[in-house]
Amino acid sequence: MNKIPCALQLGIRRGGLEIRQFARQRESVVFTLLFPVILLAIFGSVFKDTIAPGVTFSQYFVAGMIASGLVNTGFQALAITIPMERDFGALKRLRGTPMPASSYFIGKAILIFASMVVQILLLLGFGVLFFGLEMPTDPGKCLTFAWLVLLGSACSTALGIAFSIVPKSGRGASAVVSPIVIILQFFSGVFFVFTQLPSWMQQVAAIFPLKWLTQGMRSVFLPDSFATQEVAKSWETERTAVILLVWLAIGIFFSVRKFKWDRD
Amino acid sequence: MSLIEVKGLKKSYGNVHAVRGVDLSIAQGEIFSLLGPNGAGKTTTVEILEGFRTRDAGSVSVLGFDPQTRGNESRIWRNRIGIVLQSSSDAGDLTVIETIKHFSGYYSNPRNVDEVIHSVGLKEKEDALIRNLSGGQRRRLDVALGIIGNPELLFLDEPTTGFDPEARRAFWALIQQLRTDGTSILLTTHYLDEAEALADRVAVINNGVIIEVSTPAELGGRATSQATVQWRDGDAIKFEKTDNPTALVSSLSARFNGEVPELIVTRPSLEDIYLEMIGGANE
Repeated sequence: MNKIPCALQLGIRRGGLEIRQFARQRESVVFTLLFPVILLAIFGSVFKDTIAPGVTFSQYFVAGMIASGLVNTGFQALAITIPMERDFGALKRLRGTPMPASSYFIGKAILIFASMVVQILLLLGFGVLFFGLEMPTDPGKCLTFAWLVLLGSACSTALGIAFSIVPKSGRGASAVVSPIVIILQFFSGVFFVFTQLPSWMQQVAAIFPLKWLTQGMRSVFLPDSFATQEVAKSWETERTAVILLVWLAIGIFFSVRKFKWDRD
Repeated sequence: MSLIEVKGLKKSYGNVHAVRGVDLSIAQGEIFSLLGPNGAGKTTTVEILEGFRTRDAGSVSVLGFDPQTRGNESRIWRNRIGIVLQSSSDAGDLTVIETIKHFSGYYSNPRNVDEVIHSVGLKEKEDALIRNLSGGQRRRLDVALGIIGNPELLFLDEPTTGFDPEARRAFWALIQQLRTDGTSILLTTHYLDEAEALADRVAVINNGVIIEVSTPAELGGRATSQATVQWRDGDAIKFEKTDNPTALVSSLSARFNGEVPELIVTRPSLEDIYLEMIGGANE
């Protein structure tokens, strides 16, 4: 008797399958990967001013788009598509096999991370070519960028899986999830300069990960002189890492404990 | 040795007592069919056996495991069973062979992918996207995914709903082949002819309890129940219920000097018996 394949091995295999499935859904591929680029094109064309000496709005906006891309691609997409998979009976079928829940979660994390990488490459390439985006060159900033994408993607995946228990059906999921994400984007300074928002909005946003991801991305794409213009007069890098880790833990906890494989 | 052993199984949803003390024993190598109207407790019972629901009371053993077991123990158990659920419509963007190959990777000793595709009759469709399959082909894929792990026990839930008669016959042959290969099967179905064609034993469940367990031929005293003899007498169709159909037919034969016009001898069908059983229990 051979051994049952281990959870990590199955998770990686599921990741490959998820990517293949995703790549064949042309509409969602275009929407997911190109939407940030389209938004940058619109906002970048409308706001041509600089918001600080040497800092264009596009430079500021790219930071927000990458951060909110993490939320859209992970949290929003999973919180909508997992209830659909549940409605289709796909999750119940998986539940009936020896594949462990953790493999399913790992597969989703791989899918989200892979599509995030493609999305970011497209956005940065487009930004550099058409909107004068300046890429960070400092190794420290590149490292921050790498862990922010990795941790942000993991956090967004875990919270998306956890939140998938909230919508009762796949059909209604979008109506529950999308408003939350849009409000969070406005509150977190994705579309506007964060410090110009009312302070109660800033305080609400500070509870959730998006504000921290956005601020972290600003620390990568904006000059350090800009840090003084943040609410805390600093990038608060360590604090960002801690808050994202806490949200990751919350997401994993609810995913593992409360995940729903079946409609009822 | 029994594969499934259930004693005193109970399950309620709020005030609704869905299962009120079910006892079952299913032997290795048999096709066992659970029959019952909607709301009889059939689905609840099967889902408890499949490990999808928890029970309130009673003991359940499936292949020697408690289906409520979790973690690694549960994986070891699931590695040995196969489940074909009612309709599922997922993963439309994968091909038949991709899906079956992927699922085979979940098990320690899967069956050969190509062989399974052949046995469910999907060879010509193996490179088709699932969303382009017909309802019947999709059902065959469901079965392929249920048996790819080479299970000792297969749960089959309403497998032929929506099939045309020809597809159903082909499907039955597949199920019988599985049994010949040594797979035990728990079949739930609404089609009495399906249970009759496939099952070694049937159990009728109603109002959360098992009313009877028997072979399809003997259920509800069917084998010994009165026969109906029907024939044409001039312009009229006549029939008579009797315990001694042979005697009646030979007396008719004497009367008609040999061949009895339009002679039919029937016993109640499994469906007649079943409807009488659940009707009687509901009164």
